[in-house]
Amino acid sequence: MKKCEHCSKPAVLHITELQDGSVEAHHLCESCAKEYLTQSSEPESVEVESSLSIDESDDSETAEAAPQEQPPCPNCGITFKEFRSLGRLGCAHDYSHFREELTRLIENIHSEVQHVGKVPKRQPDASRQQFDLIRLKLQLKEAIDEENYEKAAGLRDQIRQVELELRSSSPAT
Amino acid sequence: MNLDVLTQRSGEWLRGTGPEADIVISSRIRLARNLAEFPFVNRASDAVRAQIEDFLRERIEKLQGRRPLTYLRTSDLEPLDRQFLVERQLISREHAEDHGQCGVGVSSEENVSLMVNEEDHLRMQVLRSGMDLDAAWAEINEIDDLMEQEVAYAFDSQFGYLTACPTNVGTGIRVSVMLHLPALVATKEIQKVFQALQKIGLAVRGLYGEGSQAMGDFYQISNQVTLGKSEIDIMKSIKDVVAQILGYERRVRTALVKENRQALHDQVSRAFGILQNAQTISSEETMHLLSSVRMGVNLGLIDDVEIPTVNELFIQTQPAHLQKLRHQKLESAERNIARAAYIRQRLAENNPHTSA
Ligand SMILES: [Zn+2]
Ligand SMILES: [Zn+2]
Repeated sequence: MKKCEHCSKPAVLHITELQDGSVEAHHLCESCAKEYLTQSSEPESVEVESSLSIDESDDSETAEAAPQEQPPCPNCGITFKEFRSLGRLGCAHDYSHFREELTRLIENIHSEVQHVGKVPKRQPDASRQQFDLIRLKLQLKEAIDEENYEKAAGLRDQIRQVELELRSSSPAT
Repeated sequence: MNLDVLTQRSGEWLRGTGPEADIVISSRIRLARNLAEFPFVNRASDAVRAQIEDFLRERIEKLQGRRPLTYLRTSDLEPLDRQFLVERQLISREHAEDHGQCGVGVSSEENVSLMVNEEDHLRMQVLRSGMDLDAAWAEINEIDDLMEQEVAYAFDSQFGYLTACPTNVGTGIRVSVMLHLPALVATKEIQKVFQALQKIGLAVRGLYGEGSQAMGDFYQISNQVTLGKSEIDIMKSIKDVVAQILGYERRVRTALVKENRQALHDQVSRAFGILQNAQTISSEETMHLLSSVRMGVNLGLIDDVEIPTVNELFIQTQPAHLQKLRHQKLESAERNIARAAYIRQRLAENNPHTSA
């Protein structure tokens, strides 16, 4: 059995990286794999985790009062309650995650719930890819939490692929 | 862009040209946009804010629009310089107070400003002199299309352009028209206008937007609803209302002249006399007197000063402008002296009679 390249624990993740034409093989143990995948997928994900845990402790007090409270946004960690007190959402995914609650709120504000008017020309492809990206990042986080590192590595490759497609679908400058 | 150069001139939108420029100071359209791949600004760490700013800055600097933009990293500026940009309407008050890396791309005529890391990742605005919403829309729409080729906006087929605050979601548009309404204010008819506007869901704001006081009889009329109506429909509702308010203001002006021409002539002439001679003057009194003078010129009661000069003085007599002009920090009392001196000088050099 191969040992982790960072410490001497048994390696559970074996991946091959293709970066700028060079090939790199990595063998990592559980804890180093977790760190490695988190770091390379998204710089802000560490922060997401810490804000998630704060929200949970916050919510425990009022859990009884609001039994149907939505779980926080998996992307930015905001809860609907937090949004109500701040008046600002945390990320674009919140509009999907809290769609039902927001639809009611938006109807109050605008008397309408369906956008009309300008639509980005790159629609619908670009936004479908963006939502893929959000979904894949969410799955990646779950895979890491479940310690399913093979799956996580595969997901991370998919994320890179989508990110690459997104970049190339915008005209080069 | 050297900010000191700006103190010597003024934005194109203050020229006092364009349709209905006797009452309509400016037309403004702002679009709120966010990048799909980043959290909203209020949820972004300093490091992520910096990433967003770098990302957008690079694209703004390369933007091939009809006007080249100069980019300023506002978070690196002194508070006085940020206040100066607020007074010129190039950045919002919220943007000036923001913490973390942020910036703005500005055209040399000061018609276009693209704010990075305000409440939303990108807030783009176009300002035009007079009642000129169609031209403002054509230009901001074009800039938006150009940006969209470079970035992936957060967009949802139900909710439209996604914004940090659901009050801006959908089109992300705010259409504002700044009006000078001295006659409606003097006769207190303005209250009726406010009530009527509230009923149809339009907002009234002061010179510097949300929460700012109405100064010098200036009012900004803008839409509140951003979702469920197209940009064109939103502009149309503003145009219709502004046309009615213009008619109202003109009728009251005519009635004032007809009923009491002499008293009105006396009032505007005294206002001009004070501005020409005062040795110390507050910002509030300046706004009030300039407003009188502006109406007097538009009604043909006095012709000692040109409208663009009056328009410029509204902006250039504000605290940050005076301090930039003097290259020093000034306390309130010192500002009042500097303000009076600046106004005397400007009115002397711009007097059509003395220069002719
Ligand atoms: Zn290890
Ligand atoms: Zn979120």
